[in-house]
Amino acid sequence: MRALLAGERLRLVLVAWFGAASVACLVAGPILLGSATDVLFRGLLGSELQAGQTRAQAVAALRAQGRGHLAGMVSTMGVVPGEGVDVGRLGRVLALATAVFLLGAVLGWAQNHLMAGIAMRVVYRLREAVAAKLNRLPLRFFDTHPHGEILSRVTNDIDNVTTALQEGPSPLLTSVLTVVGLLGVMFWLSPLLAAASAVSIPVVIAALLVLARRSATWFARQWDLTGRLNAMVEEGHTGHALVLAFGRRPARLAEFARRNDELREAGFRGQYLAGLSLPAVLFVGNLNYVVIAVLGGYQVSTGVISLGAVQAFIQFARRFTLPVAQVAGQVNLIQSGRASAARVFELLDAEEEPQALAEGGPAADALPRSAGGHRVELRKVSFRFLPDRPLIEDLSLVAEPGRTVAIVGPTGAGKTTVVNLLMRFYEVDGGSILLDGVDYRELTREQVRSRFGMVLQDTWLFAGTIRENIAYGREGATAEEVLAAARAAHVDDFVGSLPDGYDTLLDEEASVISTGQRQLLTIARAFLADPGVLILDEATSSVDVRTEAMIRDAMEKLRDGRTSFVIAHRLATVRDADLIAVIDAGRVVEQGTHDELLAQKGLYHRLHAGQAATPNDALVSAEPGPSN
Amino acid sequence: MAVVRLLSGFLRPHARSLAVIAVLTAVQAVGNLYLPSLNARIIDDGVLVGDSGYIWRAGAAMLGVSLVLSVVALIAVRLASRVAMAVGASMREAVYRRTLDLSEQELGRFGVPSLVTRNVNDVQQVQVFLQMLLTLLLMSVVTGGGALVMAVYYGPQLSLLVAAALLVMAVIMVVMLAVVVPAFRSVQERIDRLNRVVREQVTGARVIRAFLRTGDAAARYREVNADITRAGLRANRAFAVVLPALLGLVNLSNVGLTWFGGRLVGDHRMTFGSLTAFQVYILQVLLYMGIGVSVVILLPRAVASAERISEVVDARPGSVDPARPTVPQERTGAVEFRDVSFGYPGSRRPVLAGLTFTVGPGRTTAVVGGTGSGKTTLLHLVLRFCEATDGTVAVDGVDVRQQAAEQLWAGIALVPQTAFLFAGTVAENLRMARPGATDKELWHALEVAQAVEFVAAMPGGLDAPVEQGGRNVSGGQRQRLAIARAVLRRSSLYVFDDCFSALDPATEARVRAALRAETEGAAVLITTQRAATIMAADDIIVLDRGAVAGQGGHDRLMAECAPYREILAGQLGVGAAL
Repeated sequence: MRALLAGERLRLVLVAWFGAASVACLVAGPILLGSATDVLFRGLLGSELQAGQTRAQAVAALRAQGRGHLAGMVSTMGVVPGEGVDVGRLGRVLALATAVFLLGAVLGWAQNHLMAGIAMRVVYRLREAVAAKLNRLPLRFFDTHPHGEILSRVTNDIDNVTTALQEGPSPLLTSVLTVVGLLGVMFWLSPLLAAASAVSIPVVIAALLVLARRSATWFARQWDLTGRLNAMVEEGHTGHALVLAFGRRPARLAEFARRNDELREAGFRGQYLAGLSLPAVLFVGNLNYVVIAVLGGYQVSTGVISLGAVQAFIQFARRFTLPVAQVAGQVNLIQSGRASAARVFELLDAEEEPQALAEGGPAADALPRSAGGHRVELRKVSFRFLPDRPLIEDLSLVAEPGRTVAIVGPTGAGKTTVVNLLMRFYEVDGGSILLDGVDYRELTREQVRSRFGMVLQDTWLFAGTIRENIAYGREGATAEEVLAAARAAHVDDFVGSLPDGYDTLLDEEASVISTGQRQLLTIARAFLADPGVLILDEATSSVDVRTEAMIRDAMEKLRDGRTSFVIAHRLATVRDADLIAVIDAGRVVEQGTHDELLAQKGLYHRLHAGQAATPNDALVSAEPGPSN
Repeated sequence: MAVVRLLSGFLRPHARSLAVIAVLTAVQAVGNLYLPSLNARIIDDGVLVGDSGYIWRAGAAMLGVSLVLSVVALIAVRLASRVAMAVGASMREAVYRRTLDLSEQELGRFGVPSLVTRNVNDVQQVQVFLQMLLTLLLMSVVTGGGALVMAVYYGPQLSLLVAAALLVMAVIMVVMLAVVVPAFRSVQERIDRLNRVVREQVTGARVIRAFLRTGDAAARYREVNADITRAGLRANRAFAVVLPALLGLVNLSNVGLTWFGGRLVGDHRMTFGSLTAFQVYILQVLLYMGIGVSVVILLPRAVASAERISEVVDARPGSVDPARPTVPQERTGAVEFRDVSFGYPGSRRPVLAGLTFTVGPGRTTAVVGGTGSGKTTLLHLVLRFCEATDGTVAVDGVDVRQQAAEQLWAGIALVPQTAFLFAGTVAENLRMARPGATDKELWHALEVAQAVEFVAAMPGGLDAPVEQGGRNVSGGQRQRLAIARAVLRRSSLYVFDDCFSALDPATEARVRAALRAETEGAAVLITTQRAATIMAADDIIVLDRGAVAGQGGHDRLMAECAPYREILAGQLGVGAAL
């Protein structure tokens, strides 16, 4: 929180000063108005009394007439018998009040203006902190948290924090200062009446605290449920076709209604409890009012205090109610904001990717940049998500510079996990991965990843044009380079038929283009990146075979001076690899070239035979083996 | 205004509660106004006359009134919170219900991030406003208005001044709304973009990191963040003027009233008590206006959000069920395309043109074709996810447009191209297809999909947790679970959209063999790139640039259809293809 407020100290001090000054004006103004009323009343009484007599005479006369309370007023208010309303004085007092009120308004504006800036900047930094955090979180975090939930924290919760910041602290300061200021004036006007009023303050505070504490738990629940509902909506829309096709609309709606009901109930409880504070405060305010009226009435009639003073006091007591009621509202707003802030900070406190031991130390300098491809070695690597369920166990594999290594194996054997480890999305639990002989642990993630390019099973495109999505592969790529990559990946073939060509806008769902075309785009992106090591994880599974063959050609050219890892189920894709590693249950069970592995008649042979298990066996088994 | 139309529609079911709230508010207003008049009388009839008994009586009355008021306020707050939260909830449900009526295409037009914002965040804005409207704004308008009337009653001579102040106030409010509503509309739009950028950052985390583009992602984010901050600042700085301006205006009016009122009193054209009462009521106006303004500042954002909610609620789905849907006599699974074409509006080239073919019950038809040849679109036409621009698509002998969509889907088992699993358990994901399925049936379906082994090995087996999208299982496992889900459906028509792509050939062969027994008698429509799958089909339809390039069995197509040969080239073993 302190970091979020960095650089705002001066402005915060100014806000406080402006707030205090504006409050002072808004408190002083009514005092001036009160004295204006006094001037008025004095004149009024004076004009009713016979001119020429002294005040003492007038008082005595009034007492003699049995109008004792009026006599009291005349004696305490400095009434000059026979003299009417002093219009000049009235004007001066009111002119001063005008100036004070104007000044108060300007100061209030300055305070609000500054505070709006502070609040927006604080929230800006909070959003930045969250974004930076998202980049530092391990990928496992995203694999195990509903996306809609994360999104809700960044949008709904931060939004709520914004509201709380804007309409919470600064007005709260104003309200509290106003209460204090008004109380001070009230004590000055009449200590007895003020003391009577002040008695209610601890009661109000206690009531507010109790309500705020109870509503806080409901607010926390409300924002939690909001996050979950957000997640449900986001997930449902992502799997929309399935929801429709499996007739899940009623079930989804029922599920939505259930969560929605929970959210409604939590919202209701929170709002109701928070809403109670206003009637409570107003009641206490009214109680005060009665006490002042009764007490004040007595004091005036006994001449202890002037009528104007009681008038002023009552005005103050009235003004007293507004800031106290506002405090109630602001406290609730801040409560709700705190519940959201807690959720944002929870995200900010999530465990991050461990930092590399050496931050780009001397080991990194020894790494040449893609000269003939890198040597990648996995040495007795093991990795597991759950302690008792090894995903990769004792896996060793060497990719010599410039060679293509294919990783094959049954579904779920751990092929994609190997990619995650190579790209250092996950850290190995045991053993080590060496890049040109340097242990990953001595390199930063950026150093590792800058050597790798990859095309994954899940094709990820962002909202932007086709051109932008390809250019994503390398920062600062020229238009010609983008086009060349697009041609090599056969993106160029289909772009021509799109309405806006390379400037066609894709949404994240990319409904304009097919899955195969999405794969081509991500391949073009990897081509553009031109890395020392290329990883293709089922990169062409949805592309037709003819296109795949052409891409393979292009890749053939790319592979010069480049180490490649290829994961593919179509064995035709991998048969030309320099080395085929067969993985099963997290271990390398066989490795060699296509011919060697076929000759071994092991798992590879069985996998290969599986492809031939078609009704047209004759046709496939006629295969004479690779002719090139 | 959208906000009025939207709220009035959703408030209608709560008419009775609203009426009660209105009555309670009126009671509060009368009470709140009665109190100062009691106070005025304490001064005029008690203090000035010196009647201490009257002061006591009036004081007791004040106390009683204020107690009643608090109880009334308590009930009103409770009712108002109920109504506001219920309206918010039904608004969220209406938005969600409508999005479920939309096709995937239509969903894409809004964009998932935007729909999520509208469904949750925008409703939240309207809900907060409504809550405040029903509790504070209503009360302050009624009471403030009443106070104004009372003030004018006590000092009719001063009403011109009051009117002038009100006019200035109205001008300030109108100007504020005009400035701030657009600012808030852009704030909401930027929240959409923020949602989109963050969603990209989350879903694309792998790619972003692989290409070392975290800096770039941060820059994209920063741009939106700066934008949203600017828009928010603009809106809030406008507000920064409004509140002090209104407060200042009221205070200055009070000064003016004292001046003019004082002159009137001095000239004996107004009693001192009247002026006092007048000022007290004006103070009331100030009090409730202060409360009211704190609510009104929520209005601009609520207006912007209401418009965005209305856009979704009012969206007309492109494909709607007929008023009197035809129910096919028999669910055979037969699919028939009669001269079907499909193109997106405004697109130059149709995606599919002149398709005619049938898929009979008990037969497997493979649709093959190059990348982007329209295979998935063809399947979507069968599912009525989109409607043919020309020609007819019939399932079970009835045009799909004549059928109720839910009915149509009830007869179809789909495995989409991207195998998507929902957060929950394995069993929950499978039971999507048939809620009443027994564990035994689930295991059978898993057996068909060759998924028994890995599901059994997962912690909890059928009850093993699945993360959103199925990210905690591998691509191939995800596909097999999606296949098992479809098997469990036991339909007369199976639609498989390239759903073996992440399976190794041996697994695929076993899945297909098991499926063959399982789908006995049903029609199977399948898109694929793989030779083995293609050749296992009874009929093959070759698509080339959206048109049928060939149709029939493998041998005939090998002989007659060049695009078909190209598709298979290199897959049948290098030697065989040559």
